[in-house]
Amino acid sequence: MPGRPSPDQGLAPVSVVKRANRAIGLVPPLAIYVLAVLPPVWFLWQAQTGRLGVEPIKALEHELGELALQVLIATLAVRPVNKWTGINFLKLRRAFGVVTFFYVLLHLLVWLVLDVQFLDQIWADIVKRPYITVGMGAFALMIPLALTSNNLSLRKLGPIRWRRLHRLMYPVVLLGAIHFVMLSKGFQLEPYVYLGVIIALLATRIRWGEWRAALAGSAS
Amino acid sequence: MAGRYKSDLNWSDVTPKDVWLNRRKLMAGVGAVALGSIAGPVAASLNARKTAYGEGLEPNTWDEITSYNNFYEFGTGKDDPLRYAGELTTEPWTIEIGGLVDRPGSYGLEDILKDVTLEERIYRLRCVERWAMVVPWVGFELADLLDRVGVQPSAKYVAFETALRPEEMRGVRFPVIEWPYKEGLRLDEAMHPLTILATGLYDEPMPNQNGAPIRVVVPWKYGYKSIKSIVKITLVEEQPPTAWNEYSAHEYGFYSNVNPERDHPRWSQKYERRVGGGLFAKQTPTAKFNGYGDEVAHLYAGMDLIVNH
Repeated sequence: MPGRPSPDQGLAPVSVVKRANRAIGLVPPLAIYVLAVLPPVWFLWQAQTGRLGVEPIKALEHELGELALQVLIATLAVRPVNKWTGINFLKLRRAFGVVTFFYVLLHLLVWLVLDVQFLDQIWADIVKRPYITVGMGAFALMIPLALTSNNLSLRKLGPIRWRRLHRLMYPVVLLGAIHFVMLSKGFQLEPYVYLGVIIALLATRIRWGEWRAALAGSAS
Repeated sequence: MAGRYKSDLNWSDVTPKDVWLNRRKLMAGVGAVALGSIAGPVAASLNARKTAYGEGLEPNTWDEITSYNNFYEFGTGKDDPLRYAGELTTEPWTIEIGGLVDRPGSYGLEDILKDVTLEERIYRLRCVERWAMVVPWVGFELADLLDRVGVQPSAKYVAFETALRPEEMRGVRFPVIEWPYKEGLRLDEAMHPLTILATGLYDEPMPNQNGAPIRVVVPWKYGYKSIKSIVKITLVEEQPPTAWNEYSAHEYGFYSNVNPERDHPRWSQKYERRVGGGLFAKQTPTAKFNGYGDEVAHLYAGMDLIVNH
């Protein structure tokens, strides 16, 4: 059965997997939300006390954006980690997703309120600067996901439609990485590392067997 | 000889001596503390001649000027130059001056400096990334050096090159842009009295992260035109290739004059923000030619500065 390897499969020793899963089982999603508040508070305190350098606005914006990408990658990694090691974070995945949205929102707010400041400039930036258009696109796609990340929505939509809607995460994460690549000046390594990791994680989603079958079918 | 620049300020605009002496003492203190912690022994003052130019501008602090730098040879992070530029050996230093000049050759820095009078020039600095500073540079007019080597009549442009030393510059091990860093000016821009070769700031020798031991400062252009740690100056007839222009010509033009009307594809240039204002620093409108229009606008008479950005 996909996602639930038998105990003798996987890359990690069985005892480790069991213990890890028991520990994860003890973590309530609420704990993730509480812990998630700490990094932004930490960054804000650093920015306010000069620990992010003499231009804290840009630094804060960058830290929050990168943090959002990291949690986005963690969210995306839940499925393959489960597949390959048996360690199962699925229970916390929705919390990871909501936390990502929270960080993206903060990143956006720092950009709007502290960085650009003027409404006409904000709109001009969104329309004219491709890397901002891409970033805003990713944010817009996340809104329905954040709004439906609750049990009521899951029940109303039904698991199949809900899951289909939440596949929007794939374009979101790709747009996020492209946003980072585009905004970097010159040819820099870091954003490409993020893009590479994200493409690799997305590739684990592709059902190559079905693709091959479909291709073979259309060829005949 | 330096000092051709005539300002329109009067003696009444000058800060009273006891006030600036106090201010200088404070600055020197800040500088000494910073230098002491970064570079070891405190270097001797340069005793640059004071000029009225730039009075009224409040310089950024030593810490701000020396901890927030774009010098990709040492890394793309703003604090990378502060951390790693110390690895660059700046003594001895020679500049290869060639091309369309009467006296080409390899000029030692001491040799270049022995004939010039160092002046303090307090200039606004505007980065294309929309941040701005005010820096009390110490230097001399580029025209002094060009006059000394004898510019031939056929020369139309000046090309500059930054040192390229992979063993001392960790940033060049990765092709962020095409190394070595190259910049260029039209001859009249290079000969303009506002254009200086700077060897220090706050009356102290130039910190490595700011382009030691010698760099260009062209205050009416975006910061990347003011090339750092120069090892080569060539007088040429054709417009020379420049680093950021080669990387992305539609973003970074050859002229790169500060211009709020020219909409940069990455950053609106209508506003800027002074470094050092903290989390809630306000944006302020950008001035065309970075506020030096009275002095330099005539250089571009009849030119379309949107096309020739």
